[in-house]
Amino acid sequence: MSDLYNASNLPADLKPAVIDLLYRLADDSILIGHRNSEWTGIGPILEEDIAFSSMAQDKMGHAAAYYTLLHELGEDDPDTLAFMRDAPDFRCCQLVALSNIAPDAPSDAADICNNPTRDRLMAHGDWAISFVRQFLFVQADVIRNTALESSRFDPLASLCRKIRGELRYHTMHAESTLRHFANGTDESRNRIKKAFVYLWPYALGLFEPTAHDQALADAGICPTQADLQSQWREHIDPMLADAGLTIDESVQPKFGGRTGKHEQALSDALADMQKVYRLEPTATW
Amino acid sequence: MTNTTDNQPQIDAIWNALQTVTDPEIPVISVVELGIIQDAYLDDGDATVEMCPTFAGCPALDVMRDNIRHAVRAAGFDSVNVKVVYDPPWTTDRITDDGRRKLKEFGLAPPTQCGGSPVTEALIKETACPFCDSKDTNLESIFGPTLCRAIHYCNSCQQSFEQFKPV
Repeated sequence: MSDLYNASNLPADLKPAVIDLLYRLADDSILIGHRNSEWTGIGPILEEDIAFSSMAQDKMGHAAAYYTLLHELGEDDPDTLAFMRDAPDFRCCQLVALSNIAPDAPSDAADICNNPTRDRLMAHGDWAISFVRQFLFVQADVIRNTALESSRFDPLASLCRKIRGELRYHTMHAESTLRHFANGTDESRNRIKKAFVYLWPYALGLFEPTAHDQALADAGICPTQADLQSQWREHIDPMLADAGLTIDESVQPKFGGRTGKHEQALSDALADMQKVYRLEPTATW
Repeated sequence: MTNTTDNQPQIDAIWNALQTVTDPEIPVISVVELGIIQDAYLDDGDATVEMCPTFAGCPALDVMRDNIRHAVRAAGFDSVNVKVVYDPPWTTDRITDDGRRKLKEFGLAPPTQCGGSPVTEALIKETACPFCDSKDTNLESIFGPTLCRAIHYCNSCQQSFEQFKPV
C-alpha cells in the first residue's frame, strides 16, 4: 500500500522522529524487563516469581524486536544498542528505571549470596513498588501498543499487532492482582497506596511530550503523548478508584527521561544489566 | 518470488524438510504443525522460508531458525534464507489439528480456539485435562515454566498440568 511507510521509503524528515519513538519503546521495554527480572528466584510467592520472570522475558523480546527495527533504519545492531550505550543515551521514562527498593530503605544488607545488589533486594526489596509500577506501566504499554497497531510506519504496526496477544496476559495479571490487594488486608491496601503515591509522578513521566510528537501525529505514525495520556487516564482511573487509590491532581510529573536526563537508578540498573556483555563485547553466545 | 508449477517439486521438498524441524521445547510438534511457517518459495533460486515468531521473547526461535536452515540445506538447497515476518501475526489458532493432537499426547492441553477475539481469563479456564479429559479443572497461573504455558490443576485426576496458552 502506497500510503504506508517502511524502512526504505520513510521520508528523511520523519526518520529522526521514528528513530526517537523506537528508542523510547525499546528502552522502556528493556528497563522494565530488567527491573522485573531482578525478582527471578526471589519473588514473594512462586506464582508471582514466575509471572514477573515471564513478563520480563516478554518485554526483553519486545525490546529486541524494537532494536531490530532501529537497526533496519541504520542504527547499531541490537546487542550494541542494549549493552554498549550509557545512561544519557537511553530514552526510557524514569519510571521503568526505578529500583525495586523504596528510597527510604536502609542501605545495609547482610552478605547472603556474594552479590550486593541481590543481597539488598532480598533484605529491603518492596514488591508492592514493583507490582504497582507494573500495573501503571502495562496499562500505558497497551494503550500505546493499540494505537501503534494502525501506525503508518508499517514494520512497527505489524510488530504491535503481534505483541498484542502477549500484552493481554500482562493486563490480566495486573488487573486481577490489583483487585486481590484491594480486597485483601489493611496491610495490602496500605502497601499499594504507599507505592502508588511514590510512583504516580514517575508514571506521568511515561507521557513526557517530545519534540517529535506533532510530526509523528501529523504523519499518522503515533498519536501525541497528551492524547495517549488521556486515553490511559480514562482507562485506569476507574480501576484505581475501585482499588481505593486516590490521584493527587496537583502532582508534578517527573520528566527528563525522554531527553536522556535520568536519576541514578538508571545508571545502577545499566551497571548490572550490561556488566557481563561489557566484559567481552566480541564474545559469541 | 518465482513460484511456478515448474518448481513445485522443489517447494514440496522444502515443506517436507520443514516437517522434520520441531520445537526444541515441545519436541513432538513440527514448525509446520505449530503454524509458524507463513510461506516457502524459491527466490532467485534461493530456498526462502517465512517464519512468524510465536512469542517475541521465545528463546526457542533462534534455535528453530537455525534448525530450519540446516534441514532445508540437507534437502539439497545450497542457499537458504529464513525471514522473520510479523504479518500476519501468529496466533495459537494457527496450530493444526495434528499439532493439537500431538500437544495433548505430549501432556500439554491444547490452546482454546479464540477465533480472533481477545483472550480472557474465562476462556483460559475452559481447559480440559489432557490426561483424563475432565473439565473439572482450576486455572492456577496464567504464566508457566515457558512463555507459552499456563498452569492448571485437574480436580478429577488430581494432577497439575500445563496448557499451551491461547494468544
